[in-house]
Amino acid sequence: MATVSEHPEKAAAYIADRSRSRWHDGALWFVRSKRDRMAHSLPEWEQLRSTASQIKAHTIANLPEILQQFEANAKARGVHVHWAADAQEHNEIVLEIVRKQNATRVVKSKSMLTEECHLNPHLEAGGIEVIDTDLGERIVQMRGERPSHIVLPAIHIKKEEVGETFAKYLGTEPGASDPQYLTEAARQHLRSKFLEAEVGITGVNFAIAETGGFVVCTNEGNADLGASLPRVHIACMGIEKLIPRLVDLSVFVRLLARSATGQPITTYTSHFHGPRPGCELHIVLVDNGRSRIRDSDEFRSALGCIRCGACMNTCPVFRRSGGHSYDAVVPGPIGSVLSPAADTKQHRSLPYACSLCGSCTDVCPVKIPLHHQLLTWRQQIAAQGLLPVSKTAAMRAGSMLFQHPRIYALAGALGRRALRWLPKSWVYNRANPWGLDRDLPEPPAESFRSWWQTNRQGTSVDEGMKSKEAKNGK
Amino acid sequence: MRVGLFVPCYIDQMYPDVAVATLELLEGAGLKVEFPAAQTCCGQPMANTGCNDAARPLAARFLDLFDPFDYIVCPSGSCTSMVRNHFSDLVGNDPRLKSIQSRTFELCEFLHDVHPIDFSGNRFPFRVGLHQSCHGLRELRLGGDSEQMIERPDKVRSLLAQVQGLSFVELQRVDECCGFGGTFAVNERAVSVAMGEDRVQDHLDAGAEVMVASDMSCLMHLWGLISRQGSPLAVMHVAQVLAGRSPTVSVKNSIKPKTGNAV
Repeated sequence: MATVSEHPEKAAAYIADRSRSRWHDGALWFVRSKRDRMAHSLPEWEQLRSTASQIKAHTIANLPEILQQFEANAKARGVHVHWAADAQEHNEIVLEIVRKQNATRVVKSKSMLTEECHLNPHLEAGGIEVIDTDLGERIVQMRGERPSHIVLPAIHIKKEEVGETFAKYLGTEPGASDPQYLTEAARQHLRSKFLEAEVGITGVNFAIAETGGFVVCTNEGNADLGASLPRVHIACMGIEKLIPRLVDLSVFVRLLARSATGQPITTYTSHFHGPRPGCELHIVLVDNGRSRIRDSDEFRSALGCIRCGACMNTCPVFRRSGGHSYDAVVPGPIGSVLSPAADTKQHRSLPYACSLCGSCTDVCPVKIPLHHQLLTWRQQIAAQGLLPVSKTAAMRAGSMLFQHPRIYALAGALGRRALRWLPKSWVYNRANPWGLDRDLPEPPAESFRSWWQTNRQGTSVDEGMKSKEAKNGK
Repeated sequence: MRVGLFVPCYIDQMYPDVAVATLELLEGAGLKVEFPAAQTCCGQPMANTGCNDAARPLAARFLDLFDPFDYIVCPSGSCTSMVRNHFSDLVGNDPRLKSIQSRTFELCEFLHDVHPIDFSGNRFPFRVGLHQSCHGLRELRLGGDSEQMIERPDKVRSLLAQVQGLSFVELQRVDECCGFGGTFAVNERAVSVAMGEDRVQDHLDAGAEVMVASDMSCLMHLWGLISRQGSPLAVMHVAQVLAGRSPTVSVKNSIKPKTGNAV
C-alpha cells in the first residue's frame, strides 16, 4: 500500500539546506542556459519542435498499426519481440530471458522504463546481480537511492559525496573529490562488470517502425559496451517510443541532446538492427498504463515525451526542491503529469508543485502543454474529492464571498482595518503561512471601488459602502 | 466607445492606486472608462486550485458585467489570461464568451496594440529592473520568452522605454518566475519563498532601484520579501510608472528592524 506523498513537505526539507538548494538550482540553470544557446544556434528550432510534435501526434493516433509494423520488421531482422501489459509482466519476461541463459550477472544502461517497472529489485530477488552502468546511475545505485533526474540521475550529489561513496564501495582514497580520479575509478570498476556480464539490458530512445531498428543515445558509451560484450541484449521500451520512419529520427536526434544537456548530439547515438551472429536480441514493448493515457483527450500528448529532461532543468520548482521531493520515478513537470495517471491519490500533490509559470510548456521539444495539463490534473483531483477539505471549503467560501459584492467590499474593509490595527503577533503567526517569511501589503485607507464612488460618482450596487469605507479610512 | 475597467480583487482591496493609475492612463487617452462596481474576482484562485465548481459562477458573473463594453482592460496579465485562456473551461458554452475574450486586454497590450499612447513626455529617472510576469509573458505573449526562439515585440518594455530618464538594468535570469503562483505561495511556501528571494537578489545584483512588473500579484509576493529583508528596492506596477508616480521604499509593516533606505 503506497502512502500519500506530499511534495510541499519534502520540498521544504530539501530547501532547509539553502546552500544545497541554491547549488542545485545553479547546476540545472547552467544546463538550461546551454540549452538556450544551442537552441538559438538553430534558426529552424521552432520548426523542428512543430515537426516533432506533429510526428508524435501522428504516431500516438496510429500507435497500434505502427507497433505492428515495427514488430513485423524487427522480427524479420531476427529480433525476439515481447509484449508486456504492465510492469510485472515486463519484469517476468526479462527475468525469464536471463534465466534461460543460466546467467547471474547483468549490466544495464540507463532506462527510465526499467526504473518505472522496478526491474532491479525483481531481478535481484531472483538471484541476479544487476549493475547500472551509467555513471550517475551507478552512483545512486551504490548509495541505495533512486535517480533524482531522468537525464542527470546524480545531479543532487556533490563530487565530494561521490568521493565518499567511492571510497566506501570502490576503495578510492578517502577525501578524494577530483572528478577525473573518481571517473577513472568508476571506469575500471565498470569495465570488470562489463567483461563479466552475461546479459546486457538497455533502454530505447527511438524505435523505427519502418526499419524495425532502434536507437540508444548515451554520452558514456556504456550502452554500447553492454549491448556488445554480452551475448544477449535485452532492450526495454515503452510503446510510446515508436516513430514511423527513419527520416523522422533526424528531427528527434537534433532536438533530444540540445534540449537535454545543450549538446548538438549525444556522444553515442547507436543504431541496432538485429542480433550479432550467434547472439540474441530481445525487445520488450511495455504498456504499463500508456494505453490509458492514450485514451484520455486531456493527457494524450504527454505520450510524445522523449525524456529529454528539459522541463526539469527549466522548472523553478524542480531546481529548488530537487528531484527526490517528487517521490516519483519521473519527477518534474512531465512526471507531475504522468505520475497521477499511474496513481492519482498517491501523487495528488504533484500537479500543485507548480507555479503555473509555463516555462516547461515553452521549453518542451515536442510541445506538450505541460502546465495546462497540470491545471487539468488539478481539476480532476478536485473532482475526485482528493483535495483536503480545508482547501475546497476555502475555495467555496471565497466563491460565495465574491458572488456578493457588498459582503466582499465589507470583508475587504474589515480586513484592511484589521491589518492596520491588530497587534503584529495577531497577524504574524503560524496560522498565517504567508507572513512567516513575507510581510503583508500595507493596507490602503480605501479600496478602489470606494475611491471610484467618491471621485467618479459612479452608480453601483455598492452604494452604501461608501460611508462605511470612508469611516474605515483615516 | 465604452471601456470597462476590470480591476482584479486584490488590486481593488490592497493596491487601489494601481487601478487609479490605470484609469488615469485610459482617461488621459480620451477614452470613456467605466468601472462596473459589482465586479469582484474572476475566479482564478479557485480555478487554479482545480475547484471549477467554485470558479464557474464567478466567470458567469464576469460575462454578465462586462458584456456591454467595447473593450475590457485589466492591469494584470494573469487575470486577463484567466478570461482569455481559461474561461472556456468554466463557461465554454456561453455564446458571449468568444466575443468577450477578444475584447479583453491586459493594460500594456491595450496601450501597445489597440490604443497607443505616447509616453515620451514622461520622466522617471531611475534604474528599473523589469520583472516579466509569467502569465503576461507566456500566456498572453506580451513579449518573447527565453525558452522559445520566436521574436516577439516586448510590449511592457517598449512602453517603459519611451519614458525619459528610465534605464533598464540587465538581469541574469530575464524571465524567471517570482514564485507567487496564487495559492502556490502558501501551499508550497518553501519553494515560493526561495524563488522570490532569488528573484529579488537578481534585481539587487543588477543594481535596480525600482522593480517594475505588469502584475501586482508578483510584486505583492516580492515586496513582502523585500520588506522583510529591508532591502533598498522599491516595487511599482507599470501603470504607476507610466502615470507618473514616484517610487517609495517602505518597510513600515516589517516585523524586523527596518534597514531600508528611500530611493
